[in-house]
Amino acid sequence: MIWQLDLAILTLVVIAGIGAITVKDLLGAAILFGAYSFMMCLLWSIMGAVDVSFTEASVGAGASTVFFVAAVFRTTRRTKD
Amino acid sequence: MKIIGLIIAVLTGALLIYGTVDFPEWADPASPASTHLSPHFIEKTMEETSVPNIVTAVLADYRGYDTMFETTVIFAAGVVCFFLLRILKKEGPRQRLYRHALTGMTIRIRDGEKRPSVLDEFERIDTMWTPYDVIIKTVCRLLIPFIQLFALYVIAHGHHSPGGGFQGGVILGASIILLAISQDLRTAIKRMSEKVDAILSPAGVFIYAGTGALCLLLGGNFLDYSALASILHVDPVTARSHGILIVEIGVGVAVMATLIWIYNNVSSAGKYDEGL
Repeated sequence: MIWQLDLAILTLVVIAGIGAITVKDLLGAAILFGAYSFMMCLLWSIMGAVDVSFTEASVGAGASTVFFVAAVFRTTRRTKD
Repeated sequence: MKIIGLIIAVLTGALLIYGTVDFPEWADPASPASTHLSPHFIEKTMEETSVPNIVTAVLADYRGYDTMFETTVIFAAGVVCFFLLRILKKEGPRQRLYRHALTGMTIRIRDGEKRPSVLDEFERIDTMWTPYDVIIKTVCRLLIPFIQLFALYVIAHGHHSPGGGFQGGVILGASIILLAISQDLRTAIKRMSEKVDAILSPAGVFIYAGTGALCLLLGGNFLDYSALASILHVDPVTARSHGILIVEIGVGVAVMATLIWIYNNVSSAGKYDEGL
């Protein structure tokens, strides 16, 4: 475990997580959530949990982002709050 | 409303952090998990199940119940999306767009208007149409078979490398979703119709639970795959390895069909006509 790499990815996780809940544009939030999932996937693989990281990459960064984008496409891009 | 949500989130977070106080110390060698469970799995998995990847053996064999109900949860999610979103009334969009493939001319037909007879030369496009892109279409058409091949490899090779039913199923489903995104939803539904999704999704759960029930019928415990040795004609240890493969296939089928089903319902708003 290289701690510089770990710290950089953890910072990006926090930034992507806070960004995903504060950004007004829902499509942007979906993309940020995908970025968050991808960073988490890197963290899992740094910690040696390769199976979890594989699931995170395929479900979190892949499938759920597509679902969010499809939902935004069918509803609205702007949030009320 | 926002403040109430914030209070609830902070309270739940505080409770969860308070709960971690009772956890054993970080990497404590005297904790129950490190004294009983982990050594058993690490030392005995190979001789008990002949599966080199311990994670796969724990997920599909030692913790078989857990994975079975995870699959059931995914199936339930698909059914809930179907019931919430599907509009079964036969009612097309108010207008349809048709585009001539060679000249790019687009005609619009409102609901109730007479269809012109030359429509065979036209292809139907969505009303919220993203322009036809030959590069995206061709690249996706080339990539999809390889994605599906990789997904089958992930399912079949889950014994030896990271992966298994869940990941392989998601990749299989994602390949069909990629088809729906790169071409259009109708092309993807032509390949995997709603009926196929609705049959395969419970069929995967049935394969899993049915394997467990078969073990019960053959005189073992529920999901004790060593009971399958008599019908697979192998020794009990190899039978556990084969049993894991069978349930992984069930998980893969269920996850693939559910993913496509949810995507179809969400992206077409339940009409299965025009989608992302």
